[in-house]
Amino acid sequence: MEFTRRQFVKGGVAAFTWGFAAPAVFSDIALAQGSRNLVVLYLSGGNDSLNTVIPYTDSFYYSRRPTIAVPAANVLQIGSDSSGKPLGLHPRMTGLRQIFGQGRAAIFLRTGYPNLSRSHFLGLDIWASATPGAPQGTGWLGRYLDTLPSPVDPLVAWSATRELPRTMLARTVGVPAIPNAQQYAFSSPNQGAEAVNARTAASRIASHVPVDRPHLAFVNGTVQRAMATLDRVATVVTYTPTVTYPNTGLGQAMRTVAGAMVRGIGTKVFFVQTGGFDTHASQGAGGEGAYGTLMQTVDAAVWAFYQDVSNQGLLASTTILQFSEFARRVGENGSQGTDHGEGGVMLALGGGVRGGFYGTAPSLNPASNPTLSNSGNDVRWDIDFRRVYAKVLDRWLGADSAAILGGDFRQPGLDFL
Amino acid sequence: MARREQQIEHLLRRAGFGGSPDEVDLYAELGLGGATDVLLNYQQVPDDVDGWIGQAGYVGVTTRGEFAPSANITDARQRWLFRMIHTRRPLQEKMALFWHNHFATAYSKINDTYGSTIATNMMAGKPAETIGNTKGQLELFRENALGNFRDLLIAVARDPAMLVWLDGRLNIRTRPQENFAREIMELFTFGVAHVQEADVYAAARVFTGWNLRAVGADASRHYVYNFNAAQHDTTEKVFTFPIYPGGAATIPARAATEEDGVDFITAICAHPETGPRLARKLYAFFVSDLQPAPAAFVARIAGVYYSSGYDMRTIVRAILLSPEFHDEGAHFARYSWPAEFVVRAIKETGWVGFSVDSALTPMVNMGQQLFEPPDVNGWELGQGWFSTSGMLSRMNFGATLTTNQRVNLRNAARPFAKTPQSVLSFVLDRLSPMAFETAPYDELLGYLRAGTNWTGADNELQTKVAGLTHLVLGSAYYQLV
Repeated sequence: MEFTRRQFVKGGVAAFTWGFAAPAVFSDIALAQGSRNLVVLYLSGGNDSLNTVIPYTDSFYYSRRPTIAVPAANVLQIGSDSSGKPLGLHPRMTGLRQIFGQGRAAIFLRTGYPNLSRSHFLGLDIWASATPGAPQGTGWLGRYLDTLPSPVDPLVAWSATRELPRTMLARTVGVPAIPNAQQYAFSSPNQGAEAVNARTAASRIASHVPVDRPHLAFVNGTVQRAMATLDRVATVVTYTPTVTYPNTGLGQAMRTVAGAMVRGIGTKVFFVQTGGFDTHASQGAGGEGAYGTLMQTVDAAVWAFYQDVSNQGLLASTTILQFSEFARRVGENGSQGTDHGEGGVMLALGGGVRGGFYGTAPSLNPASNPTLSNSGNDVRWDIDFRRVYAKVLDRWLGADSAAILGGDFRQPGLDFL
Repeated sequence: MARREQQIEHLLRRAGFGGSPDEVDLYAELGLGGATDVLLNYQQVPDDVDGWIGQAGYVGVTTRGEFAPSANITDARQRWLFRMIHTRRPLQEKMALFWHNHFATAYSKINDTYGSTIATNMMAGKPAETIGNTKGQLELFRENALGNFRDLLIAVARDPAMLVWLDGRLNIRTRPQENFAREIMELFTFGVAHVQEADVYAAARVFTGWNLRAVGADASRHYVYNFNAAQHDTTEKVFTFPIYPGGAATIPARAATEEDGVDFITAICAHPETGPRLARKLYAFFVSDLQPAPAAFVARIAGVYYSSGYDMRTIVRAILLSPEFHDEGAHFARYSWPAEFVVRAIKETGWVGFSVDSALTPMVNMGQQLFEPPDVNGWELGQGWFSTSGMLSRMNFGATLTTNQRVNLRNAARPFAKTPQSVLSFVLDRLSPMAFETAPYDELLGYLRAGTNWTGADNELQTKVAGLTHLVLGSAYYQLV
């Protein structure tokens, strides 16, 4: 095998990567599969969607959230839903307001699913698997990856998390988890030819798949995928973006995603995540404080990414899809926070997105109100999240949503792509 | 020095963090039964490991100013790793790690709330070293490592770190909040499939007033558990499962008392799903996580859980003596946690001249930063550890360790330098991975021969033994324990 070697010496350990030479077969596959990108953004902990997309003219919003409500004067007013209810964005969502103004942000109101779970872990499994009845199985994007023709490029998907999220868990395709492209390299205690020998040997050891010992085979498969993706990932490290990304975990992850897209390394589907949304307490008064910081983190990273891919001419081929495992209660609790609730908000952003509000916002009047549930304590869900997934699968990824989702979720009304 | 004590080594990998060759000999002298007894009855063994920190002959720590493992979280991580490597009570540390995952609490949220000194006090502080002589959560886990599960659960409900982590400190009568109430049922006891929303709301009220109180001012300020009777909801709480032995499911309205919480915790310990769930977790931790726990095992261990009155020493003894544990099919049938991988690699490769500080960043990249689980559900275990980046981090930690230990390894390998085969036997003996099959075994030999006409000279030996040890540590065969 031919290679060019670049040496990095970190703390006395020689690390090297193969020079970038994407195998031709993979480049061809990437082209054949089209150049559209999907970035799934997970807000971990259960986002308080009533403070993201705010019904700022609803007096019950203020009476039921006496401390944490965002004052109407600070809300970024962006329009009304189809029933004429005015809605606005959290004041830190200045980037999203611009994207919405450009008609490139779809906001899905009252998203959920039947028998909605308020467990973080079961809830996430359901959103990830898109099969509430069997949430321990593969993910909806994993099943999409399983439909791709072999050989599937090991970099066709990329999770910018430490652990592979269930969303990308596939039956036949192993997805790399790469939270930090810089550290994604192979080190050896020796240098020069010995380091090359070591890398060769490590790959060869992993290539012998033991029969009847699937656990060993599983780890070997992971080693092989790591070795097969190192070199292309290394090219992303040197990406120079056209804008400055915020120095947050999410900001740096979005920067890496943009780099992978610009470098054209073949990845189509990305997963990024940011946490802290389990705001049972100390959410902050008037939209400031902890929740304001969360909104700032999301907005600054997404807005930088949006501008960067626009500048790189990639906006038309990019869609961002945001979700969270549940939303939160209508009323605040005694800790200036909100407990686990039901219907939430999803977002889709990108050059191919038809922006606007989809569905209707709740009225927050607790008295006999069809848009609330749980004795008026929760937002009643209306849009099944699988309808949004179905549109993404059918219209953006060119897949068969009914096969992947195990049912027909193509009901009309969500023509955002 | 060929490793022959497969049962002892299996026991040490599971009830501890593996054994250095000397430790294996020591436990082997006791026989399997004797070794099991010593591990279980660790209170008879001196807890003197902390006194060895900084001494010659042990793994190093890296100090930045004063070493302050109760006040500085980096030092706390170093001390815990040091203890895992050198403790003479390995099962106590292993169970502390089990509880850390079971009651997963993250330092970062406490740090955000009270700053780094208090947060480290709360997570890892030893009473002699903390402000106000408070006890950190890890000390609670050590003290109760094989104690009574109900006692531990009550202590956890009053633990300052937990009261910050799941917001119990702010749970008040007028508008209770549910964070702790949900997780104590969903994650700490009987599991999500049996949690009803009504029970979450009622349990939240049970724990109203279980708050924190600030003591002292300025530099001496610290926080202790406080039952705030004025903030306790005294009205009745109705559950969907029995709270009292007669079957009554209602905690009656009564004057403010912690007995509401104690009654509730007693009930969830007695819940028919708590024993089986704990049995399944312990199976995955001690026996195997390649398949779900067999029903017979779950029934048997759950039976011990109830009949012993939730005594963890009795339960873990039953597991370590079980046929499932001793079945040869259980050997190397667990995916190692990063903490296990790192500690075992250090114990088997060698540590003189190595600092555990060098393991901290690699452990972050492997997906297990101590005192920082990703969420209250703990780490994603089993195959979840083995993302591509997680696996690369393990391989690269092997490179860091063998780079550091190259001279020690060469010196130890000198008597075996004659042929590549003898060197390979030496390394496999020292590291005790699961047996390599022929083809990958031949690859290891091929690596030793690559680019050299074997002479066994010192410079060749130093290069190749470090390289070979790295390859073994980074292979699939070393990731299973």
